Amino acid sequence: MKLHEYQSKRIFARYGVPIPEGDVATTPEEARAIAERLGGPVVIKSQVLVGGRGKAGGIKLAKTPDEAERLAAQILSMEIKGLPVRKVLVDRAADIRQEIYLGVVVDRAAARPVMMASSEGGVEIEEVARTNPEAIKKVHVDPFIGLRGYQTRYLAKGIGLDPTFHRQFDRIAHGLYQAFVESDASLAEINPLVVTANEDGSLSLLAVDGKMVLDDNGLFRHPDLAEMRDVDEETPTEREAREAGLSYVQLEGEIGCMVNGAGLAMATMDIIKHFGGEPANFLDIGGGAKAERVATALRLILADPNVKAVLFNIFGGITRCDEVARGILTALEEVKPDVPMVARLVGTNEEEGRRLLEESGYSMITATTLAEAAQKAVEAARNT
Amino acid sequence: MAILVDKNTRLLVQGITGREGEFHSRQMLEYGTQVVAGVTPGKGGQFACDGRVPVFDTVAEAVEATGANTSVIYVPARFAPDAILEAADAGIGLIVCITEGIPVMDMIQVKAYLDQKGARLIGPNCPGLLSPGQAKVGIMPGHIATPGPVGVVSRSGTLTYEVVYALTMRGIGQSTCVGIGGDPIIGTRFVDVLEMFENDPQTEQVVMIGEIGGNDEEIAAKFIAERMTKPVVAFIAGRTAPPGKRMGHAGAIIEGGTGTAAEKIAALEAVGVRVAEHPEQIAELIAEIRS
Repeated sequence: MKLHEYQSKRIFARYGVPIPEGDVATTPEEARAIAERLGGPVVIKSQVLVGGRGKAGGIKLAKTPDEAERLAAQILSMEIKGLPVRKVLVDRAADIRQEIYLGVVVDRAAARPVMMASSEGGVEIEEVARTNPEAIKKVHVDPFIGLRGYQTRYLAKGIGLDPTFHRQFDRIAHGLYQAFVESDASLAEINPLVVTANEDGSLSLLAVDGKMVLDDNGLFRHPDLAEMRDVDEETPTEREAREAGLSYVQLEGEIGCMVNGAGLAMATMDIIKHFGGEPANFLDIGGGAKAERVATALRLILADPNVKAVLFNIFGGITRCDEVARGILTALEEVKPDVPMVARLVGTNEEEGRRLLEESGYSMITATTLAEAAQKAVEAARNT
Repeated sequence: MAILVDKNTRLLVQGITGREGEFHSRQMLEYGTQVVAGVTPGKGGQFACDGRVPVFDTVAEAVEATGANTSVIYVPARFAPDAILEAADAGIGLIVCITEGIPVMDMIQVKAYLDQKGARLIGPNCPGLLSPGQAKVGIMPGHIATPGPVGVVSRSGTLTYEVVYALTMRGIGQSTCVGIGGDPIIGTRFVDVLEMFENDPQTEQVVMIGEIGGNDEEIAAKFIAERMTKPVVAFIAGRTAPPGKRMGHAGAIIEGGTGTAAEKIAALEAVGVRVAEHPEQIAELIAEIRS
């Protein structure tokens, strides 16, 4: 689950990371009020869960409350990469002297968190990794020992940060790491972390932008964070699927897929493409395949207007094919589809399962191999 | 031979009195696996599976009473990290965790602890292990497999069954089928299993089934080039998966442009591994190599 910039920064702030003064607005009037309260120039930042907000015109500097109101109105009416802007963050503008990057992710191969710093702040870390990998310094953190001072010094020195800031950098790095661990995050980053000039002329570090991604499996420990989920992170269908306990991802093709098992569901999408079709979705109905679950899944697939054919690919292991067939038939009683359906049931009790479908009176195309099923589904979608 | 589990496996089931635990314990017994003990806290002294398996309150008691050397875990995600640690602490050398949904932060600690203890973990979020004709530990359907020369290692469940079934239908048996799991942090990775298959006299060819996310397949490709003499055939699921979306498995996600199927396929093909276009083709490729 992704968090917005303002949500991420507020979490970081709880762990002692300095963030700009600011607040969230949903209307231009609110943006104006915040700008008036802050006084001086402000930055109006769209809060959408995609990268590239700046390039898309979703981040603007406003010198006066009037300008803040006008720009907020403009940004709040935008769509960025298909996502409507519903909120803007109005932050006091920082006098930026230097930009760096600081982030924590899980290194899967090392099976532990890795903290990364880069002298190229404000650029996506993946981009830096491609173009200038030497600019990135990394330290792996032992889960029992935690982040240590020598490690943050290595990072600070490694990216050429002026020694005057090392102590503050150490505090920020520790705060970020704690926020990462205690929120069950899979990513926590400050990009950019800037050297800013304060009103009295002194210089200090400030987390101007922040981003967090949380591990969905850890959310049960954080009901407060779970409530932060943005409605636009998933399509209404994806949300309905999640609430029904189904794994569903909407795609743009014309062949709806219902499969048991995530790996097999991906392989089914791939083989549809291999034979010239496009999958409309990823859908794993999981083990057991109870009739009710199958019905919900079928409803979700058919709710997509692009779907011109449905492919059922079920490998019966512990799950019995005749049970799945009954599930499909019960689902069809409820959801009367008007597109062709191809069913491939293999494994335990496959003959019985196939017979049930063939004798049901629904026009169901059957297949024995996955390749055959995919070809028939592609063909059926073409003729619809 | 075979790897990891065989006729000498003395299996302990953690969560044996739960619905999943009891169901699969019966399946494992039916397959001929020596299920010697079960553990459910608070139910010590009872018997599960029609009186065939004694239940203990703790893993330590179960190990002492029965000499269990392998454990399989069917407890819910919130309690699974504890169950894994308990097994390792009681001296179990091979722990198979079927449970899906364990937080990554927990697995980071569990993995670090297990490495210190020298215990091997398979999974979590995996279908387990099957050495056809010898032992079944987990949830793989036993009847689709048959003993033979092909080692199978996979991040997936049903996709593995699909491949195993296709091999069996062609008359090609398997030495051991290993489901390493679909989570980002897993106890045993492709390279670990590839090394075991390389050293296993029964195994002649290896099938490796990967998917999008992470770079374990790339690491495996390097290992295959440097250390393997036995032929490997691979399949990578998720060529059509969009970036940034989790495809069912917690670990199956293309992040920051890395972990794509294309990269993995390229890495494997670069070291001479044949990569199948679709799952059924794997059996064809193995048959070609064997003929």
